[in-house]
Amino acid sequence: MRLNLRVWRQQNPGAPGAMVTYEVDGISRDMSFLEMLDTLNEDLILRGEDPVAFDHDCREGICGACSLVINGDAHGPERTTTCQLHMRSFADGDTIDVEPWRAAAFPVVKDLVVDRGAFDRIIQAGGYITAPTGSAPEAHATAVPKADADSAFEHAECIGCGACVAACPNGSAMLFTSAKVNHLNVLPQGSPERETRVLDMVARMDDEGFGGCTLTGECATACPKGIPLPSIAAMNREWLRAVRKHGGN
Amino acid sequence: MALATRTGRRPSTTRTLWDSTVGKKSVMAVSGLIMLGYLVVHMLGNLKIFFGADEFNGYAHWLRTLGSPFLHHEWALWIVRVVLLAAVVGHAVSAYQLSRRDIKARPVKYAHKRRRASYATRTMRWGGIILALFIVWHLLDLTTLTVNERAWAGHPYQNVLATFSTWYGNTIYIVAMAAVGLHVRHGFWSAAQTLGAGNARRDRALKFLANALALVLFTGFVSVPVAVMTGVVS
Repeated sequence: MRLNLRVWRQQNPGAPGAMVTYEVDGISRDMSFLEMLDTLNEDLILRGEDPVAFDHDCREGICGACSLVINGDAHGPERTTTCQLHMRSFADGDTIDVEPWRAAAFPVVKDLVVDRGAFDRIIQAGGYITAPTGSAPEAHATAVPKADADSAFEHAECIGCGACVAACPNGSAMLFTSAKVNHLNVLPQGSPERETRVLDMVARMDDEGFGGCTLTGECATACPKGIPLPSIAAMNREWLRAVRKHGGN
Repeated sequence: MALATRTGRRPSTTRTLWDSTVGKKSVMAVSGLIMLGYLVVHMLGNLKIFFGADEFNGYAHWLRTLGSPFLHHEWALWIVRVVLLAAVVGHAVSAYQLSRRDIKARPVKYAHKRRRASYATRTMRWGGIILALFIVWHLLDLTTLTVNERAWAGHPYQNVLATFSTWYGNTIYIVAMAAVGLHVRHGFWSAAQTLGAGNARRDRALKFLANALALVLFTGFVSVPVAVMTGVVS
């Protein structure tokens, strides 16, 4: 396959960036999108140019490191992570636009790499349970209803890639935060900190400069892990409950 | 083992609500639902126009004596007006502040443009502005009668007919009612999500209810100018 790429190039956070056009040839339909970028980078290095910086790690769709907005879609046209997107989703001769996640809370570090530290700080605000560490407790000691376990697992699937923020017209992190809040709040292990968790994580989310939710549903459409849109309503329910119980003291 | 201990007081409930995007959105949801409830009653009242001038004007008069003798003349009306004004202000201020925040949160636009979200969702902001402007005109036209062609105090039936006998009156009204329909279509469902009433099982029912409300409001309101234009009401 022969492709025309228009890639966002930006030297450093302060520098102005621009879309730069590259042509890549000899791309196999079986390559992943990241392998296609590797091919471009090998080419650029041979020509003595600066390779395109992009985030990647496990390349098996479970770590949440890869990003990229491809032709306006977070993680590209398939509902998966960029590393699991294959070139067979494109046609020979296509022009493909590759851009970084765009959000005030995710500043560009270089080219296609953005700083997603804001997500880490939301997790630090309450995405944990306070429990003594040590050997794993007996699995049957705390009974979890099947429906709750399923719900927790569904939300725990979030890999924190940030596609929800990238897809949201408001750069909102509501889907991410709701996945993390709901994951722990439905479980008995998470219930002692149920109220403070949601209050602190939402406050942190707002402090990081993410936008508000207008329920456009773009986040859930882009999510490679299928975190459902009703998660946001569930978090709103938790938040309002926590304000009622905790507000004013 | 040392556990992290919370020190210091949490801000008040009002502060927490107003300072949070989730809280401000719930202010929008509640104020929106108050206005929606009013619109349904308003629309049903409007339909009295199909039963003639006496019934319509009589209904308008009854609104002024509502709650009497416990309430003084027009007090019930003023209570409704104050509540509505609070709802409009709360809704608009929250919308303005949240919108500014949303725009700031996406400082660089994508080079590859793609149409996102449904038409009703994308037009919430402009639709809201159109509705705010419409309300100003609507009050000047049929409440204060400042811009009404007939301006006959105490005879709303005749004044409504005067408004809908002008091309601009009909145009402004029908466009605004289309905006109401679209706004309610996304707004009602959205309010349910914001207040935590939405879940996967209820989603279809909520969407259906939102569409039904939007359609009923649009049809009910627009039936009046259409009836005047076609001579059904004259």
